[in-house]
Amino acid sequence: MQAFTVHRGIAAPLDRANVDTDAIIPKQYLKSIKRTGFGPNAFDDWRYLDPGQPDADNSGRRPNPEFVLNQPPFDRATILLARENFGCGSSREHAVWALGDFGFRAVIAPSFADIFFSNSFKNGLLPVVLAENAVDELFRRVQAEPGLEIEVDLQTQEVRVPGGPAFRFEIDSDRRRRLLEGLDDIALTLQHADEIRAYEERRRREAPWLIVG
Amino acid sequence: MSGKTLYDKLWQAHVVHEEPDGTTLLYIDRHLVHEVTSPQAFEGLRLAGRKPWRGGSVLAVPDHNVPTERRDLGIADPVSRTQVETLEHNVAEYGLRFFPMRDLRQGIVHVIGPEQGATLPGMTVVCGDSHTSTHGALGALAFGIGTSEVEHVLATQCLWQSRSQSMLVRVDGELRPGVTGKDIVLAIIGAIGTAGGNGYAIEFGGSAIRSLSIEGRMTVCNMAIEAGARAGMVAVDEKTIEYVRGRPQAPTGELFEQAAAAWRDLVSDPDARFDRVVELDAAGIEPQVTWGTSPEMVVPVSGRVPDPARERDPVRAEGMRRALSYMGLQAGTPIAAIRPDKVFIGSCTNSRIEDLREAAAVVRGRRKADSVKLAMVVPGSGLVKQQAEAEGLDRVFLEAGFEWREPGCSMCLAMNADRLESGERCASTSNRNFEGRQGQGGRTHLVSPALAAAAAVAGHFVEPAQLEG
Repeated sequence: MQAFTVHRGIAAPLDRANVDTDAIIPKQYLKSIKRTGFGPNAFDDWRYLDPGQPDADNSGRRPNPEFVLNQPPFDRATILLARENFGCGSSREHAVWALGDFGFRAVIAPSFADIFFSNSFKNGLLPVVLAENAVDELFRRVQAEPGLEIEVDLQTQEVRVPGGPAFRFEIDSDRRRRLLEGLDDIALTLQHADEIRAYEERRRREAPWLIVG
Repeated sequence: MSGKTLYDKLWQAHVVHEEPDGTTLLYIDRHLVHEVTSPQAFEGLRLAGRKPWRGGSVLAVPDHNVPTERRDLGIADPVSRTQVETLEHNVAEYGLRFFPMRDLRQGIVHVIGPEQGATLPGMTVVCGDSHTSTHGALGALAFGIGTSEVEHVLATQCLWQSRSQSMLVRVDGELRPGVTGKDIVLAIIGAIGTAGGNGYAIEFGGSAIRSLSIEGRMTVCNMAIEAGARAGMVAVDEKTIEYVRGRPQAPTGELFEQAAAAWRDLVSDPDARFDRVVELDAAGIEPQVTWGTSPEMVVPVSGRVPDPARERDPVRAEGMRRALSYMGLQAGTPIAAIRPDKVFIGSCTNSRIEDLREAAAVVRGRRKADSVKLAMVVPGSGLVKQQAEAEGLDRVFLEAGFEWREPGCSMCLAMNADRLESGERCASTSNRNFEGRQGQGGRTHLVSPALAAAAAVAGHFVEPAQLEG
């Protein structure tokens, strides 16, 4: 997994609450059996005026000029600024892949849906939870100065704005360590293989109906 | 010290290892797999040279991409076909239990798990699908995961989890006639909001929840995720045990009695403390209809479309305006004046036999309104379909001008050929009314099977009891 330490980049303001994973990547693109190539279809319904097709070239499609990620310099954004309950709905990890493939390394919001939040960490995308007034302040700054680069620092757990305040964010220590080091979750878990086997043996005795096959 | 919640009991029984910060390696008893969220997980497993830890924990089925008519012709869309074939190759390579598209037992993964007895009380159940919360109705800890976690469970039979906070949603009192599990859960989402359950595992309790059948409880737990909670659950009672008894993969004989004795303990202790308690009066719940593009945008069928001008929170008011524009609705419009173009009865929320009986009872002896272009019924599994046909429900629907289809996810999310065209309005028994969910530009109103059926007959939303003729 790609590690995350410090990232500096343009932040795009997506000023909507409850952005769901159907909006981040519509269902027709979930038919792919790959992990890559979802970037051109991120926010597809909002981003284009004409419909697209899975596995088709998107370069000839008509972008919606009203959508923030089509407006320079936000088309080069690598940090997404969002509102409450970002990533709600379906568990599709394709939503995280699509954001990563578009170029995002971090999403900042007052709250995230649980499954999206957890999926992000598995793919080196850092979801940053900040208080609502801090997010409001970031929206104001970014909207006033489009192209403003902000810095997300996982080591110090801060979001920094040039000439502005630094906002501290909380993150659980285990997730932070895994992301900083880009660790392979499965390899780490398999270090506990003996404990897993011991658990299974005990459960086969105590509740044999649970562990079948 | 206070007693344990049901969630505490389920959690503690599955702890394999705990880190000092509380991050826990949790054992997974049952892993359900479908074609959409698994291909990249199997590929990851293969690339790392790993094998499934306990293949017997897996039950796999194609449901999202499958056609609901003319299955003899196979899957026309080559991209959908490839995804289903990829699942077939993966289950064959690793020797996993699988119900192919033409198997009578095939169906929506969250319908067939309980139906087969593959999901049992006391289990941890996961699937790369957010509606895995459905299985919590049996007193299981069931939640949706992403594809990386699907790979992780395949490889290790475990997941790293932090403990959720606990919420009790208690619905006490007597339900009005015609009010269903769907109306209860929509009313709960309306009350706490789609983010209300973020970070929580919800236990649904109270006399109104206990009065529901197991299938009704599944409908409620299914939409826990629409309230933001990954897991929803209901305590075990005798209904649960009788539901499980005799299912194909359930324990039998002496082992069943031993299991049942353990299952009876899967209730929150009387002195258990919850981090949050929400109470609803069952008698105050009316049949519900969503008007917007989030499940929390919901009102009673007797109500009106709300006015964003009366909302004080500016972000919320803007969301309401956007939703009204997308839905093509005016503030103040009576819900009863909204006229759907299509009606969809199905999905992991409402496609079980009781749902079909409830809809058929409304439709019997009546006809679909001419203004409704399509009313389709998609049973949740081949076995549900067979049962419905044995009861003659297919005839009731067909004679009323409805279509009777093969089982799958269908127009809940429109990954197969069943979808709304842009601007079309649908009365749907599914779980999400997001923009574009049922087809780009499609407009979804979430309702119970009885209300969907009544809308198909009347051509507009109406309480079934008020239907003429």
